[in-house]
Amino acid sequence: MSTDVVLPVTERGPEAGTAVLTVNGQVRELQVEPRVSLLDALREHLGLTGSKKGCDQGTCGACTVWVDGRRVLACLTLAVACEGREVTTIEGLAADGELHQMQAAFVEHDAFQCGYCTPGQIMSAVKLLEEGHAGDDAEIAEWMSGNICRCAAYPNIRAAIRGVRDAAGGER
Amino acid sequence: MRPFSYVRAGDAGTAIALVRERPDSAFLAGGTTEVDLVRQDVLRPGLLVDINDLPLDGIEDLPDGGLRIGALARMSEVARAPGVMERFPVISQALVLGASAQLRNMASMGGNLCQRVRCSYFRDPASPCNKRDPGTGCSALDGVNRGHAILGTSDHCIATHPSDLAVPLTALDAIVHTSGPGGERAIGVDSFFLLPGDTPQREHPLEHGELITAIEVPGAPVARRSVYLKFRDRQSYEFALASVAAAVRIQDGTVAEVRLALGGVGTRPWRARRAEAALLGQPASAASFAEAARQELAAATPHPMNAFKVELAQRAIVRALNTLTDGER
Repeated sequence: MSTDVVLPVTERGPEAGTAVLTVNGQVRELQVEPRVSLLDALREHLGLTGSKKGCDQGTCGACTVWVDGRRVLACLTLAVACEGREVTTIEGLAADGELHQMQAAFVEHDAFQCGYCTPGQIMSAVKLLEEGHAGDDAEIAEWMSGNICRCAAYPNIRAAIRGVRDAAGGER
Repeated sequence: MRPFSYVRAGDAGTAIALVRERPDSAFLAGGTTEVDLVRQDVLRPGLLVDINDLPLDGIEDLPDGGLRIGALARMSEVARAPGVMERFPVISQALVLGASAQLRNMASMGGNLCQRVRCSYFRDPASPCNKRDPGTGCSALDGVNRGHAILGTSDHCIATHPSDLAVPLTALDAIVHTSGPGGERAIGVDSFFLLPGDTPQREHPLEHGELITAIEVPGAPVARRSVYLKFRDRQSYEFALASVAAAVRIQDGTVAEVRLALGGVGTRPWRARRAEAALLGQPASAASFAEAARQELAAATPHPMNAFKVELAQRAIVRALNTLTDGER
């Protein structure tokens, strides 16, 4: 047996209980069962419907959000596991009513058709540039492969990403 | 999705004790397989013990040139760690070629080794499956088995081991460190991944409540020149039909040292020991590479839909060795 100190722990569920999440800088309290995904908590409990439910099994990327500044899939994340972490959704991207430059670039380059995957694409694309993987189109395609677009707007999505990359004076 | 309880552990001892107490409990790390399979009703935990707060995420360069990677280090962090990229490019490449950027930010190294198979019958609770419900039969034997294994199969299970990471770890004789009710132990990667035999439900030797704490990769200068090649139905974000982890050292035109392992074709990450033995001392030539690949795949047991993998795996081996020895042949 490990010799680590045993700390008191609180088991919760399976019934609903209070969870406190920090979403887009705001502290939000909600009643959720442990089985509720971060995606359902955002959409059904907090009214933040920007994050989309495509596959609900981690294969499409429509639910991409940031947890502690990293792009992750909200459908495979439990809401209760996000207590104490910073959650950012597409609703938290625009500041003071001004579109984030990636949102503006998606509009400028017509980087969508139906728009369903777009919030996930944008949340992923912002991190792509931060991670430094937007060197050329092949690299963008590889590192954006977790975001599927069934309208196949990929050329325009890459153009939007290149636009932000180049406006920032090359890859960040 | 069935209801379950949840608790977040602050230290390893508590996490182990909590899981040990309840037969229906499980550790929760990145959750990328586990949450999915609970939603599919394939896994039915009563309690998930969240271990993400445990301080097991370090990536340490060891004095012998090896690595010690904390079980909770994320795939993305390990892939870009300088010591991994410089000394073990095959590990970095295997990580980056797996899953997607989002999943790699979530998935832990320990969880990667414990990920469950992608066999569609295992993932469908309505289908007989010896791995999910022992004794019910294997639906893949006479079913859609294009993605299934050709090496290490049994009459009870032919599911392919899905991990890319595990392939270079197998080639490099990695060691899995655990902590559990019986204390700490170190398990060689060869002993960690079990063949299905007649107990396909048993994939590794971990006891209930035994926690992976770290993965150790022994120093291996040969790995500085190494490569991971992955062949699949689409360019990215897909599991392997065949993959190869290879490292080789050529001296005076002959193979002086070689490590080879295959993914996408075995019920476990497949160390290609026959091919390694066939290569040692042989000229670094396309002919000897092809002969070694032939010998390794001679043991294959193909099924009607996956017979193509026998040839694909051989070509993958040859391609990997050609890539590494370009200019020395």
